[in-house]
Order: sequence, then C-alpha cells, then structure tokens
Amino acid sequence: MPDAPAINITYSGNRARTVELIVRVILIGCALVAVITTVGIVASLLFESLRFFQKIPLTDFLFGLEWSPQTALRADQVGASGAFGAIPLIVGTLLISAIAMVVATPLGLMSAVYLAEYASDRTRGIVKPLLELLAGIPTVVYGFFAALIVAPMLRNGGENLGFAISSESALAAGLTMGVMIIPLISSLSDDVINAVPQSLRDASYGLGATQAETIKQIILPAAVPGIAGSLLLATSRAIGETMIVVMAAGLAANLTLNPFEAVTTVTVQIVTLLTGDQEFDSAKTLSAFALGLLLFVITLCLNVIALQIVDRYKEQYD
Amino acid sequence: MTDPDSIIATGRSPRHKAELRFRAYGIAAIIVSLGFLVVMVGAIVSRGTGAFQQTFVQIEINVPANKVDPQGTRDPNVIKKARFSSILKKAMRQRFPEAKSRQDKKSLYKLVSSTAEYTVRDAVVADPSLVGETSTFSIRASSDVDMFMKGNIDPTLEQSRRRIDDKQLAWIEQLRAAGQIEKQFNTQFFTGGDSREPEQAGIWGALAGSSLTLLVCFLLSFPLGVLAAVYLEEFASKGRINRLIEVNINNLAAVPSIVFGLLGLAIFLNFFQLPRSTPLVGGMVLALMTLPTIIIASRASLRAVPPSIREAAFGLGASKVQTTFHHVVPLAMPGMLTGTILGMAQALGETAPLLMIGMVAFIVDIPGGVTEAATALPVQIFLWADSPERGFLEKTSAAILVLLIFLVIMNLIAIILRRRLEVRW
Repeated sequence: MPDAPAINITYSGNRARTVELIVRVILIGCALVAVITTVGIVASLLFESLRFFQKIPLTDFLFGLEWSPQTALRADQVGASGAFGAIPLIVGTLLISAIAMVVATPLGLMSAVYLAEYASDRTRGIVKPLLELLAGIPTVVYGFFAALIVAPMLRNGGENLGFAISSESALAAGLTMGVMIIPLISSLSDDVINAVPQSLRDASYGLGATQAETIKQIILPAAVPGIAGSLLLATSRAIGETMIVVMAAGLAANLTLNPFEAVTTVTVQIVTLLTGDQEFDSAKTLSAFALGLLLFVITLCLNVIALQIVDRYKEQYD
Repeated sequence: MTDPDSIIATGRSPRHKAELRFRAYGIAAIIVSLGFLVVMVGAIVSRGTGAFQQTFVQIEINVPANKVDPQGTRDPNVIKKARFSSILKKAMRQRFPEAKSRQDKKSLYKLVSSTAEYTVRDAVVADPSLVGETSTFSIRASSDVDMFMKGNIDPTLEQSRRRIDDKQLAWIEQLRAAGQIEKQFNTQFFTGGDSREPEQAGIWGALAGSSLTLLVCFLLSFPLGVLAAVYLEEFASKGRINRLIEVNINNLAAVPSIVFGLLGLAIFLNFFQLPRSTPLVGGMVLALMTLPTIIIASRASLRAVPPSIREAAFGLGASKVQTTFHHVVPLAMPGMLTGTILGMAQALGETAPLLMIGMVAFIVDIPGGVTEAATALPVQIFLWADSPERGFLEKTSAAILVLLIFLVIMNLIAIILRRRLEVRW
C-alpha cells in the first residue's frame, strides 16, 4: 500500500463535488472515443461509398463479374464505365482465406488439443509462448517470406510435377496466411477446451474410454460452439489481412477457384487504389471506400456472430 | 489424470494404437507450426546478416587543387561545387590503366557505388587539407560488387547471366590481391536514410519515423485507454450505454487494420486537412487501432485490484476520484503499462494503415518532427521488398531483423515489468 493521503481530506462541499463531476465527464469522454471511432469509421466509409454509388449502381458493384477500375481514368468516360464488379475480389478473398483456414484449422486445433490435454505443464510453458511468437511477427514479414520463399518454392515444385503454378498464386498467400492464423485458433481453442468441465472427462474415463476417445467423442463435441466461434474470428482475421496478400497475391482480378492461379483480394485492391494518385472524385479512388465498407461489414458480421457464440457457450457451464 | 490404459487392459491393441496416433497428430501439428517459425526466422537471419557488412574499396585519389579550389579559399561551399565524379573516375582509370574502351571504362566505374563521389566530396569538405594531395580513400563498392564479395554471385556462371562481367572480376581479384577491397561494418545501414542504391540505403530514417509515430501513438492511446478503462471499471454503472461501449470496444479490436487506415485518410487527411505522410497522422491512426488492446488490458488490471483497497480508502473518507486515482490506479499501473507496451509492439509492426495515409513515399531525409514527411520501419521493409535489386533483398531481411529485435525487446520489457511490479493478492 502506498502512503494514503486520504487523511488531509476535509469536506469542502461544492468544490469537491465539482471536481468529481469534471473527472467523471473527462472519463466518459475517453470511453466515448472508442464509440466515436466506430462512428467515424462507419461515417467515413458510408459517406465516400455513397458518392461512389452515385456513379456506379450498387447492384453493379455487388453482382458485377468484372473488376478493372483503371479504365475509368480515361477522359472520355469519366467514372462512367470501367468495371467495378466486386465478385472476383470477393471470390479471391474467400479463396485465399479458405486455403488459410484449411491449413490453420487442423494445425491450430490439434496443437490446442495436445497442449490442453496431453502436454505437461513444462512443455506447455515452453510451446505456448513459442506459438504465440507466430502471432507477434508483423504481417509484412510473412508477406516478405511468402513472396520470397513460399511462392518460388511452389512454382518450382509445380514445374517439377508438370503443372503451372503462378508465382503470385493464391496458394502461396493462403499457406502463409494459414500459418499466421495458427496461434489465433490454437489459443482461442485452448481456452475453450480448458473450459470443458473436468467432470465430463472423468465420467468418460470412468466408462473406459481412452484419452483420445474422450477428446474426440466428449470434449470436442462439448467445445464445438466455442471452437466454431474461434474459427469464425480467425476467418474474419484472414479476410481482413492485408500485407501478406499485397506482397504475395496478384493484382489481376481473375474470377477463378483454382488455387494455382493468381487472384486478387479486397484488401489488395484498396491498397493499390489508394497508394498511387489521389483524385478524390474519380470512381476509381472512391471504389476503395466501397470495398472498405464491404470489408468492414463482412468482418463485423463474422465478429458479432463469433462473439455471440462464444458468449452463449460460456454461460452453459458457468 | 487417470491413465486409461490401467482401466482397460483388454482389447488394448487397436485402441491403444489409435490413442498413440491421435497423440502423434498433436505433436506433429505443433512441430509443423513451430517448424515454420524456425524456417522463416532462419531464412531471414541467413539472408539478412550480410547487410551488417559492406564492401569498401581503397583507392588513391589525387584531389587537384586547380579543379577543386583554384583560389585556395578552403571554403566548404567552393569545394562542394567541384566535380568530384570526374576526379574519382580519373583515379579509377589510373588504378586500372588497362580499361581503355568506353565499355571497359563503364564497367570500371560500376565497381564503386554511384554515390561514391559524395563520399569523396564529404571527406574533402571535412578535411580541406586533402586538396592538392594524393591520399587513399575508402570508397563504398557498388551493390553488385558487394553481392559478389558476399558470395551471392556465382562467378562460374556465363558472363551474360551474372551482374559482374569478366573484366570486373579480374579487377576485383587485383584489388583483393593488393588488400584494397574489404568488408567493414556497415554503419551507413544504421545511420543513413533511404536510397535508390542498395549500398547506400539505411534504416535510420525509418527508425526515426517509427519512433516519432509510436511517440504520438503512445501519448494519445495511453491516457485515453487508461482513463476509458478506469471509467468502465470504476465509475460506470452496468447500464445499457456501458454495455454498448463494451461491445463496441470488443468489435473495434477485430476490425481489420486497413479500415483504420481508410478512416485516417477520410477523416484526418481529407476532412481535417492534416499533413499527409507524417508521423502525426500515423500515430493518431495507430492510437485508435491500439486503443481496444490497451483498454482491455487495463480493465483486466483494474479488476485484479481487490475491493478491500477501495473500501479502506472510502473508510478513511476519500472520495470516489481520490480512491481511484490515489490508490486503485497506481496499483493497477504495472498491468496497464504491460498492456500498453504490447499494444505499442503491435503498432510498431503495423503496415497497412500507414500505407493508406501516404507513409509510403520515398523519403531520404531523416524526419525531425512529427509533422515532417516520414516512413516507418515496416513500411520501409515493404518498400525494399518490392525492389528488384539483389542488394535490397539483403537490406530487407536485415531491416526485418532489426524490427524483430525491437519487438522482442518490447515484449521482454513487458514480461519483466509484469514479473517485477505486479502485486498478487
């Protein structure tokens, strides 16, 4: 305990009350910054997007199959044509995220199961921070690694096996992103698995089940909602990830589900559209905000659903 | 934990195998994940350590007084204007008189960095007594020579397939035999700004930009985050508004970082007209991004302070504000600082929002203030990673190493702080 200065307090009526009030107002102000930030995000995205949708109809944006914003720059078709169909970008984003999840889900989940159920405290104490290191590495480093090592490795591997893999393939970006997400899935699932009450395990062992059987038939089913929540959070993270795809995925908007081809994503397009010139009235620039809004809405929905699943699940055993 | 094998001994074989297999999957998953970490860090370390050294060539250069300083004023401004590139080229021709044709001379000049003339100029400006003398200068080799000296260019390849031609190889051998080419510690990498030439590029500009950005970020997010946490934990009643704020903060923590960049672009740059590409705006955007992290950590830390502390203060007549700020907050401070440092580490590695607010420009000068155009370390990595030159590959890896070292240091400080200062009740 620090020495308490509370002794020299004398009741001074209004002044003390004013101080309390001022402090309270300041504190509320600080807490509201978070709300204001959200409002700011929504407002800025909506405002710029509305300007975009005045030029390009919403349906063209949401359902168009072609994305080539560059053509809008031509003088004789000011913002009028140029294709702004977001479908190829959404498909590309989902393709890369799906690859990432295919990599990260088994690895993250099995790591979590092993750490929660099998590992000794010592192993856990060493391995868990090491896995979390993966989460602490900046994404620009993953991007560099994907572009420098993973992509050429895949391309050469494909050549040796006799089929073409683009050097900006969705696979390279997806694989690397998958590794980035492993710690997210493993630490969230770890918490969920640990929250399954010990009584369930004991009952299962009592009936003669092995540890693996207990995990597969008792613990994982009991933890499914929480695990689903963590997978949704991880997916949202993958969809919003920027640097890995900017550095390792392509720029051309191909509408394909082939992981060996180059695809582009929503985040890549936002970066490409906004890091060059900045004429703020062209549909090209404004489309980045429409993409941002799309990204925000998708990730927000995933997060809200995920958080709700996790919350509801928590109540079950508490 | 109960050992299932002791419970069931019969029918053990297939089930036992399944058990072992399942366990092996778990171990394999961990090994694959950590293996990737090892491969990634290993690849970057092995490629990056080379950048901490740089090849220098020793050359005797005659600095003719009639060309550099005809009046003998020794005035730096006069010396600066002299054409050092021709002086340097002449010295190179004298060192290797066999280079006669245009082609050969061109190859010869490419042995040293295109910025070498400034090295000579700066040396002469710093020491005017060199004028009229012939003295040995240590000159930065060009990136290709540097790469060759570090073994990154295979001399057995066909001439057309490598960036060093046969003549240059012969000259390098001559220099090597004479002990006039050697690798030294690359101070330029740590003290220089960005450059188009890999051998001249340094990370100091990016580091300074990152520090200024983090400073702004800290000054904004720490007080805001701590006070917001204090409000939510200590003052707020569990009403609807607070529930709203809480949900808000949780969701904000999961918003993609690039969206914060869009916010910065639309609001800070276009609406408030703050200067582009500056640490000020970068810091503001990162502050908003790290705010949820700090608030969540600070709240956990405040929650860990036992109610008895508050009750004791109230019992002695302290007001709510006094109790909170004289007793609860100081006790929660270590946890809050830990959370803040982790938030800062996250901000240090963040790239995408900074791209949105224009911190990607090519900036040679070291930023001196928060309103000067700057770049940040991760953005510098991104920019260098995009450069096709072999020399930048090494620089990129080295810059990543520096970034990782900073992150490790910040995380270690957080861990030590937590161990040292955190009180357990």
